[in-house]
Amino acid sequence: MRKSASPSVRGFIQPRSSPFIGLILGLLILILCLVASVAYGAADISFSTIYAALTSFDGSTEQLIIRTVRLPRSLIAMLVGAALAVAGAILQGLTRNPLADPSILGLQSGAALAVVVAVFLFGASSLNTYAGFAFLGTGVAAVLVYFFASLGRGGLTPLNLTIVGAAFTYLAGSLTTAILIVSQRTLDEIRFWLAGSVAGRDFTLFLQVLPYIVVGLVVAFALGRQITTLNLGEDVAKGLGQRTAWVKAIAALAVVLLVGSSVAVAGPIWFIGLVVPHIVRFFIGVDYRWVLPYAAIVGAILLLIADIGARLLIAPQELPVGVMTAIVGAPFFIYLARSKVTR
Amino acid sequence: MNKGWLVIRSRRSKVSFRLDRRAPAVILTLLLVTLTAMVISVGQGEYPIPPLDVLKTILGLEIDNPDYYFIVNTLRLPRTLVAYLVGVGLGISGTILQGITRNPLADPGIIGINAGASLAAVTLIVLLPSVPLFALPLSAFGGALVVALLIYLLAWDKGSSPLRLILVGVGLDAIATALITLMITFGEINSVSQALVWLAGSVYGRSWEHVVSLLPWLIVLVPLAFMMAKQLNTLNLGDDVARGLGSSVEWQRGLLLLTSVALAGASVATAGTIVFVGLIAPHLGRQLVGPTHEGLIPTAAMMGGMIVVLADLLGRMLFAPIELPCGVITAALGAPYFLYLLVRNRKR
Repeated sequence: MRKSASPSVRGFIQPRSSPFIGLILGLLILILCLVASVAYGAADISFSTIYAALTSFDGSTEQLIIRTVRLPRSLIAMLVGAALAVAGAILQGLTRNPLADPSILGLQSGAALAVVVAVFLFGASSLNTYAGFAFLGTGVAAVLVYFFASLGRGGLTPLNLTIVGAAFTYLAGSLTTAILIVSQRTLDEIRFWLAGSVAGRDFTLFLQVLPYIVVGLVVAFALGRQITTLNLGEDVAKGLGQRTAWVKAIAALAVVLLVGSSVAVAGPIWFIGLVVPHIVRFFIGVDYRWVLPYAAIVGAILLLIADIGARLLIAPQELPVGVMTAIVGAPFFIYLARSKVTR
Repeated sequence: MNKGWLVIRSRRSKVSFRLDRRAPAVILTLLLVTLTAMVISVGQGEYPIPPLDVLKTILGLEIDNPDYYFIVNTLRLPRTLVAYLVGVGLGISGTILQGITRNPLADPGIIGINAGASLAAVTLIVLLPSVPLFALPLSAFGGALVVALLIYLLAWDKGSSPLRLILVGVGLDAIATALITLMITFGEINSVSQALVWLAGSVYGRSWEHVVSLLPWLIVLVPLAFMMAKQLNTLNLGDDVARGLGSSVEWQRGLLLLTSVALAGASVATAGTIVFVGLIAPHLGRQLVGPTHEGLIPTAAMMGGMIVVLADLLGRMLFAPIELPCGVITAALGAPYFLYLLVRNRKR
């Protein structure tokens, strides 16, 4: 397969020589996906109109659709995909666990519970309050799951993390359900959000979560070297003079920012954080200085494609993208469980 | 070992049982507690009825207030009976599952069997709201069975491994849950609301019809489970030992899994996903009567019944008049217990 690869793909396949080219290539693909995502939809809109909408806005309906509906949605999908993929990569690097993923570990269920509580108790309706509570929920879930999984037999084994995550997901899920049963108002306000979707999000939303996610990404990228070292094992990292507790705490902070804000804006979206790091490591190895930026780009591409698929599959209706990613991602999880987990 | 055993042998047939000596007393105590809770539960509600009158009404004795007959026999008794029966089903299902996976943390909920059953039933509720009740257990059993078969097939790699069974189950659980979400997102709001209550695991509004449609499953499956207790003991020693002792491991595990799935499926179909009962009941049972399955299965069954009856009672009393589904209660209590088990388990 390697020999038949065209020169343009080689950047992906022989990374150690030039991971930078792959990164640029990825960015190009990302831009293509972004354009495709903006172009596809109920109303047929030509590329020249899209271009015009961005450069010389004249207020026509078509240009308005592009600016207020399509573009924000695509940008948010991009951002959320990048955030979740990087969060997943950090989690996998930190726990050295091939099955780690924000959704499997129950982080998103925790965030969702916190948001539902906020809507129910305080009538929260602005995204900023959503985000605040989502951070809180993610953080609490992360601490609880990590803590209990490390107390299980054998420490942070894939089995322990998965099973504690599943238990936590059940707990958070049933409390969420309890609230939705007690209050139909909350149910009506939030059921589409709960399915995980990027539809109907506007530009202000994008701007609201942008800072959180950017900060999360920057912190994550800055930790690349430390995570690579930690991935060799905690003892090795300590031996190399790393202050592992600090690195873990800061990495966890980045994860909370990334997952919390993505849940706040798009609801729980499954398995992006599981799948992407595996794809990326397959191509460029385990140097997290490269894994993390690659993950951001591949995650963004993947969620854009998933969102396009969600719109096309049963048009004119559309699927929540979170459902799409779960249905596609879960088989991958099973494949990993079969091939990577041995006792 | 100074444990006392109770051995029951029949001269004519080859049937014999070896029970922990504590088992009969434990089972009797659980039964008494459960009955008391059921009487309280029937008396509890917007229209309170004193326990003595509840008993009299159920037994058909003379009482002063003729309304009691309707309230007790038509509204409240079937509900609490359903709670009990569902608990029995889940308790046994969990015991078998823990036995065959040799994992003390296995629960039909965690490995997706409940989700499969729920998916089938929710699809039915949302897409065909007029479907008759007896179809629900059937479809739920079908859903649970599909998931169980998938788990078994996907976890197969020159034999089935308990570790892979669980991880694959979690993955399938995610798929089934995603599909359930799909139903909830697109369904008509009223049937969705109904499906949600059902999903949370509730015995609200259950009638004699439900009792009648659940009972046959239990009548067939409970004795079956009990008869396979010995095989479970053998499997628990590990595949190699079991094989050495002459067990056809895969066949037995398959049959036991089927029984467990059918019990979980029928329970889920009747009362939705009441999580963690299948996890907790066998554990508490094991602490009371030890790990041999002849005693454990009936104990876990009684324990499961008791837990669901109590959870239902609690759910109605906590925030009255708002009713919390008993599944929420079992999840809220079960998840911490689960974590406790996980922590305690590391010492072994």
